[in-house]
Amino acid sequence: MQIKFAIEGGDFATAGCASSQVKKLLKQLNIDPSDIKKIVVALYEAEVNIVAHAYRGTITVQIDPQKIIIVLDDEGPGIADINLAMQEGYSTATSKVREMGFGAGMGLSNIKKNSDELNIESIVGKGTKLTITKFFATS
Amino acid sequence: MKVSEIATLLDAKIICGEKHKDENIEKAFSSDLMSDVLRIDATNLLLMTGLSNLQTIRTAEMADIGYILFVRSKKVTPEMIKLACENEIVIMESPYSLFKASGVLYNAGINALY
Ligand SMILES: Nc1ncnc2c1ncn2[C@@H]1O[C@H](COP(=O)(O)OP(=O)(O)O)[C@@H](O)[C@H]1O
Ligand SMILES: [Mg+2]
Repeated sequence: MQIKFAIEGGDFATAGCASSQVKKLLKQLNIDPSDIKKIVVALYEAEVNIVAHAYRGTITVQIDPQKIIIVLDDEGPGIADINLAMQEGYSTATSKVREMGFGAGMGLSNIKKNSDELNIESIVGKGTKLTITKFFATS
Repeated sequence: MKVSEIATLLDAKIICGEKHKDENIEKAFSSDLMSDVLRIDATNLLLMTGLSNLQTIRTAEMADIGYILFVRSKKVTPEMIKLACENEIVIMESPYSLFKASGVLYNAGINALY
């Protein structure tokens, strides 16, 4: 099963809508609640990053029996130094982003913590692509 | 401690989720930083915050947090109430500061997370 969402940069009113829909879907699919929480926390931080740091993007969610793969592909400034961006506390967020409760530089590390695999590709001046993979708990 | 007892202790109004007033809350976390709230492992706790916007409700939704207390009578918008109701999240509003509300509940036996 594959679903796709379009995300607008700067639009904090709708930030989290995609994550919310994915959460509802995973619940319907009877995925383990602790897996759901990890997946949607990672997805939500990544969705907020597009809103906070990029111009626009798409989120593609692929759900298979054993795993979920989420690709967040944006057009934006890109990330010059990915290792630096991964460090907790590093942030280029604006005051508007901080007013929303984000911008402490803890998003990317939390995405990594909550996923089984995280791949980041970025081209400065073009955009950033995050691929998040999480395997479902086997019961 | 019951939601309704917490509301009484903090002179708080239950803005949404009145039907959950007899549910039991054991743990609480106070923060205005949603990225920090999203790092919490525990579920079903009370989030006490001075940050009142849609992302506060979204954060609670993603982190499986069932109860939010807004301190210092922060205004809660109709969109926030709608989103909270859809997700069965209780919203309370207290005139107390975050410091005072946290202290009162800690004294009353609500557990800290860390
Ligand atoms: N999609 C993105 N496009 C451009 N830059 C990004 C993107 N995601 C993250 N970054 C950069 O990495 C930094 C750290 O991101 P993160 O850990 O989520 O913290 P925060 O968003 O709170 O700043 C950001 O401040 C920004 O400089
Ligand atoms: Mg971020």
